[in-house]
Amino acid sequence: MTTSHESENQEMQTSVKPSSLADVANAKTPKVPGTAALGTGLETRGVHAWFGKHHALSNVSLDFAAGTVTALIGPSGCGKSTFIRTINRMHEFIPGAAMAGEVLLDGKDVYAPGTDVTKIRLQIGMVFQKPNPFPSMTIGENVLSGLKLAQLKVDNKDDLLEECLERAGLWSEVKDRLGAHGGSLSGGQQQRLCIARALAVRPQVLLMDEPCSALDPGSTLRIEDTIRHLSDTMTIIIVTHNMQQAARVSDYTAFFLSDGGPGQMIEVAPTSEIFSRPQDSRTESYVTGRFG
Amino acid sequence: MTMTPAPTKPWAASPKDRMIDGAIFSSALLSSYLTVLATPMKGKLAYFACFFIAYAILTTAFKGVQRGNAAAKDALVNSLVAIGAIVTVIPAASILATVLKKGLPGISFGLFTHDMALATPTDPLSNGGLLHAITGTLTLMALSLVMSVPIGILTALYLTEIKGRFTGPIRFLVQAMSGVPSIVAGLFILSAILYPITKAYSGFMGALALSILMIPTIARTSEEVLNLIPNDLREAGTALGGTQWRTVAMIVLPAAKSGLVTAVILGVARIAGETAPILLLTGGGDKVNPNAFNGPMGSLPYYIWKSFNAGSPEAITRAWAGLLVLVGLVLFLFTSARFLGSRKVSK
Repeated sequence: MTTSHESENQEMQTSVKPSSLADVANAKTPKVPGTAALGTGLETRGVHAWFGKHHALSNVSLDFAAGTVTALIGPSGCGKSTFIRTINRMHEFIPGAAMAGEVLLDGKDVYAPGTDVTKIRLQIGMVFQKPNPFPSMTIGENVLSGLKLAQLKVDNKDDLLEECLERAGLWSEVKDRLGAHGGSLSGGQQQRLCIARALAVRPQVLLMDEPCSALDPGSTLRIEDTIRHLSDTMTIIIVTHNMQQAARVSDYTAFFLSDGGPGQMIEVAPTSEIFSRPQDSRTESYVTGRFG
Repeated sequence: MTMTPAPTKPWAASPKDRMIDGAIFSSALLSSYLTVLATPMKGKLAYFACFFIAYAILTTAFKGVQRGNAAAKDALVNSLVAIGAIVTVIPAASILATVLKKGLPGISFGLFTHDMALATPTDPLSNGGLLHAITGTLTLMALSLVMSVPIGILTALYLTEIKGRFTGPIRFLVQAMSGVPSIVAGLFILSAILYPITKAYSGFMGALALSILMIPTIARTSEEVLNLIPNDLREAGTALGGTQWRTVAMIVLPAAKSGLVTAVILGVARIAGETAPILLLTGGGDKVNPNAFNGPMGSLPYYIWKSFNAGSPEAITRAWAGLLVLVGLVLFLFTSARFLGSRKVSK
């Protein structure tokens, strides 16, 4: 018994080569910004956010080129989630919330007076930390629920259903049980169902708030695969605590940090540079694991 | 190839444990019997009380000797919990048994096909029936439901979804209203609507008073049910471009469906046997009246009250039969509502 375990351990050790995050970031095919089909990208200018008197986020200006994946990294409580919730105007649901600055989608401020906020949320989709399929609906109904919620008409629902599940990497697993309840899927499948549901309304931008934090490594890899494929047609912003994940999926990485005061964006750069040549010493300490 | 061992349950009670439990049980029975013999206490209740006390003491003492202090406390609390559960069930079972025993002799087919238009409560049981009371009670329940369910659930939605400026006062008022005695609701409708406006008894007046009693129950229970729906679902709906109303209608309410059915059941339970407002407002007719807005309307509680008042043996039997029908009706409504509420959403 003991001998077999030891030999397995040795095999494991020899098969895993030490590789830096920068190598991981370089290993994937690089993306040229601005080649995607949908929209001209997203831009935030001087975004601040408050919860009551608490200043949670200070002066974040970021460009998200169309068709790129941007990872937001940083320790807990540094305002990453708050930041992406200001982008699709979910921030305002928290009682006492306030914000300042501009969020420009295709050059238009989503906070401009007279903006139809439900239209904004159709263009900027969101996937949450915890998989949250609608419990009263079947798998198929879950995918198409966005259309019903926003009262959109489509010609061929079956095609759209298959396309969205296919793009979310779930079609082959659920095609024979579209009538089953969403809750009957595993956690990873539920999260991919939520991604398919977000895709059905054809957003330009997809916000993902730690989408893999509740999932096992296998499901995580599948979702990362999905993210790489989706970035052909949309702009993706992903909040993650997993730096390996940021290195694997993102083209750009932005580092957020709160030094006691409001959260700030410290540095943004192509992902391989953040992990190999960070400009700021605080970024370097974080990505090399010295704190956070 | 390894042999698969036979499945065992090492945690299950051994024959010896069972014998000990049986011994404790029977010695508790014996000691309760002896105590009742030796003391002036009498009746079933005395047996019950002595048995429970003896059982609690014996099992606590035995476990204490066998396994120590913590096990003794555990056994004591266990037996107290069991006593609590049984004490709750005894009155309900006893009421049900009495109603069945005294009501069954009065039940006949004619009871469900005739009303009391041509009979008095003191007539032989073959004359007349309580069809008018059944239809009346069903009409009153249906009318009250039609008025209370929308108002109650909308109130709960205001408290949980809109959370407007008046949330605090409204929640307070709803809680205060759920304690309103039914006679107050009856007198309120009597003085605010029946005397000044309609000047006539009708089923509708009764239903108005019953709604006053039903709305707070439905609103409070629905509020609790809606509060249990995770906020994630509301956020997911909004993030998909749904307005608040669409999100509530398509996601929150369906997710809360079985709980809302429970809320409605509790509302019906609140009014099913309500008598005071009905005595004041419906006029209590003796014949089937399909029109709730015109003319007096009979109902089961009214029929029971009237028959008991008549006092003759036939009338008393009628009253018990009416009680049995009322209990059966409520049981039937509850079961079917439970069934509808728990049924899985079909494909």
